[in-house]
Amino acid sequence: MAHVLVFAESRGGAPRKVALETMTAARTLADAAGGEVHAILAGPPGIGAHAASLGEYGADRVLLIEHEALSRYDAESLTATVAARAGDGAYRAVVCTASAQGRDLAPRVAAALGAPIASDVVSVELDGDVLRVRHPAYTGKLVATLAVRGSPVVVSVRPNAFSAHAAPKAGTVEALALAADPGASRAKVVEMVEGARDRLDLADAPVVVSGGRGLRAPENFALLEELAAAFGGTAAVGATRAVTDDGWRPHSDQIGQTGRLVSPDLYIAIGISGAIQHVAGMRTSRTIVAINKDKDAPIFKIADYGIVGDALEVVPALTSEIRSARGTG
Amino acid sequence: MKIAVCIKRAPDMEQRFKVAPSGTAVDEAGLKFDMSDFDGYAVEVALRLTEKAGDGEVVAVSLGPDNVQETIRKAMSMGVARGVQLKVDTVPMDALAIAQALAAELRDGGYDLIMFGKHALDSSNGAVGPMVAQLLGLPCVTACSRLEIANGTGTARRELEGAAEMVGFPLPAVLTIDEGIARPRLPALKGIMAAKKKPLEVKPAALGDVRVTVEAMKLPAERPPGRIIGEGAGAVPELVRLLQSEAKVL
Repeated sequence: MAHVLVFAESRGGAPRKVALETMTAARTLADAAGGEVHAILAGPPGIGAHAASLGEYGADRVLLIEHEALSRYDAESLTATVAARAGDGAYRAVVCTASAQGRDLAPRVAAALGAPIASDVVSVELDGDVLRVRHPAYTGKLVATLAVRGSPVVVSVRPNAFSAHAAPKAGTVEALALAADPGASRAKVVEMVEGARDRLDLADAPVVVSGGRGLRAPENFALLEELAAAFGGTAAVGATRAVTDDGWRPHSDQIGQTGRLVSPDLYIAIGISGAIQHVAGMRTSRTIVAINKDKDAPIFKIADYGIVGDALEVVPALTSEIRSARGTG
Repeated sequence: MKIAVCIKRAPDMEQRFKVAPSGTAVDEAGLKFDMSDFDGYAVEVALRLTEKAGDGEVVAVSLGPDNVQETIRKAMSMGVARGVQLKVDTVPMDALAIAQALAAELRDGGYDLIMFGKHALDSSNGAVGPMVAQLLGLPCVTACSRLEIANGTGTARRELEGAAEMVGFPLPAVLTIDEGIARPRLPALKGIMAAKKKPLEVKPAALGDVRVTVEAMKLPAERPPGRIIGEGAGAVPELVRLLQSEAKVL
């Protein structure tokens, strides 16, 4: 009853960075329950080479599933497999990442188990029969503390809410068979669109450089790309909804309550007024810098540091200053 | 083509929120409500599919107290043929309890597609759609940003972090819809008038056991007030110095 089953999300034959954060959340729960962390690592043959990293981040056991069909996400066979394992009576909780994949998998597993779910949580705490979590609701404008009763419970953990902590455990590798044949899955990934693989994803980036209408024209986003590059591969470029609606930037770059939620160490808002809809997507960033022509723009109320000025003038100066500060110029 | 769209009434997010005196809910006094954003996209997609097919019916289903009838009428004003209210006094935070009620309603409905918004803006869980699929044993694609349906099968695109995947699936299926897929139409006066006469069935919701409860609802911690450090490019060296020595993020 006391173990914790964690689904260590992978892509391209390796665990994702967010999987290690999720491991840390799972370890917290297992320690409180006096149990072990069992991490499911599922992917194409060869993914087992990464099992040791899960041991370093707190897995007592790594349940390894290697199958050709798992070079892509296969929701139906994985749901059956995770639910079959989680339902064997040994587990207090099942922990997934609240990523595009985990938000798909976790509810299916919960429904298959008849288990309650806490989605997209930023903290976990076990208190006797109750699992207590905090969950940003109302697009982050409020934070709900939820009490979840029942066992097992399913939890999905918000990316960037937990820092991955090394907690070396045995990481004993054990093969786990799929409980359903992926060949029989009805919905199937027929193609991966790798478009942005070489770019750092907004959710993973420690630095986010983001632009709004104040940049005046789509081509001026080149200045933001240069600023991001000055951070030496640790920065990603985002945009406001106004800009993505106008087609200046791809829809997937939109930061805000209906787009991506980011929480980087440093968020640089350039030519962004600070509409509620945008702020909802970035207000939990550790440090916020705003550059805007209008000294009364609401963004300055939430920015730690502001510069009043024209983005087209300030950004190139900032790029060159960052380059020399980091020795990348 | 028969499509059910599950919709939720949610507050407009461009408002200032207060916590109710209970400390466990939002103070709804003075708040404006509407159909949750993503659900509007789902309704639009469903209407376009039946319009393209040239026959069929879109049914809006909403779980909640009587005020969800207003949300159902909004969907009707866009073109939805009829509505079902699954009546409860309050909508719980327990996604499985809700999914069980919806699955009971939808199971024998003969739907080719059951659609949801990607997630509701208030609870922000996104769990009910895939749970209904699992309970009904139907294939499911979540967060569809593009969709093609032809000859009893579909292909949907899902955005991932830094990538996307194309998913093929047979009908019947459950889909949850991301924004941007098709801009929801604005109801015309004719649609608004017609909506008043469309059938809206009210039934008790067969809600499952509620095991997820709200203990507290709080506003997030305020950010400490920031400061404007200067004007124009001349302020940049001071900014970088502060980022290094004070914020320690460089």
